Amino acid sequence: MLSQDLKTYLVVAALLLIIGVYGVVQRRSFIGMLISAELILAGAGLNFMAFNRFTAPDPAVGQVFTLIIMGIAAAETAIGVSFILAVYRQFRTIDPIQLNELQEPIPGQTPGADDDAALPRGQEPGDQDI
Amino acid sequence: MSWADIFLEAVFYGFVLLTVSGALLAVRTQILMYTVLGAAVAFLGVAGLFMFLGSLFLSMMQILIYLGAICIVLVFGIMVGYTPRQVAEQGIRGQNLLLAVPACIASIVLLRSAVGRTIWPPVPTAERDFSLDAVGVHLLEKYGLAFELISVLLLIAIIGAIIVVTVKEDPR
Repeated sequence: MLSQDLKTYLVVAALLLIIGVYGVVQRRSFIGMLISAELILAGAGLNFMAFNRFTAPDPAVGQVFTLIIMGIAAAETAIGVSFILAVYRQFRTIDPIQLNELQEPIPGQTPGADDDAALPRGQEPGDQDI
Repeated sequence: MSWADIFLEAVFYGFVLLTVSGALLAVRTQILMYTVLGAAVAFLGVAGLFMFLGSLFLSMMQILIYLGAICIVLVFGIMVGYTPRQVAEQGIRGQNLLLAVPACIASIVLLRSAVGRTIWPPVPTAERDFSLDAVGVHLLEKYGLAFELISVLLLIAIIGAIIVVTVKEDPR
């Protein structure tokens, strides 16, 4: 009976964490990275519930904790989406690599030369309005 | 093992499959809307696993908060902030894959040793209270401060999100 074994749930939660880490590193859009972070949080909640079911003396504590994790995940998503919208309006890009205002200028490259590169491919300034 | 047990076990495998395949779809697809779809499927699978872990309430809350609120906010963010041409991502850079695969392998090695070697304490045999009443009592008595702090955090998050989004654009 795998459904009555603690290790099964731990393995599923670990898979969620690993897939989430992969997504955070590999994704090239802010929304994709945010969703991967949500997957990691879901894995954390699953871990709490598994330990709550199989080892905790008082099984209400883990449920309370998982509820609090869900509340924090909701707040994090609201803030994250609002940041993404603000960044998009300011820089007109969804590519995290192009947000390099604080980066040290590369020698031989005049500052401000890549202002046009901040626009997404195939789009004119003022092409879209939110 | 009766037929009911076998059926329950099959349902359990189904939820595990939903979780893992949804998460894989969420990180591998090129289209952002499919990413949200994969995340929603994974959250649904986790909700089913919560049911197997003895808490129907948490399972319902998972569907309500993750599928009902978070996925809708993400879809909203994609549809408002992105023009249709950008909804499909531009592709994956090899550089990122070179970073992502070692990060995964390191996580697998670390977690494997931790999960495999630890001997967990046995299941307590005494009668334990999984009921919703106990959760409510804990939430309002022992963990009342955390409950209040979560509500304040959500309020601050809402106000902060509104302020961040309504800030004037810098004319550059």
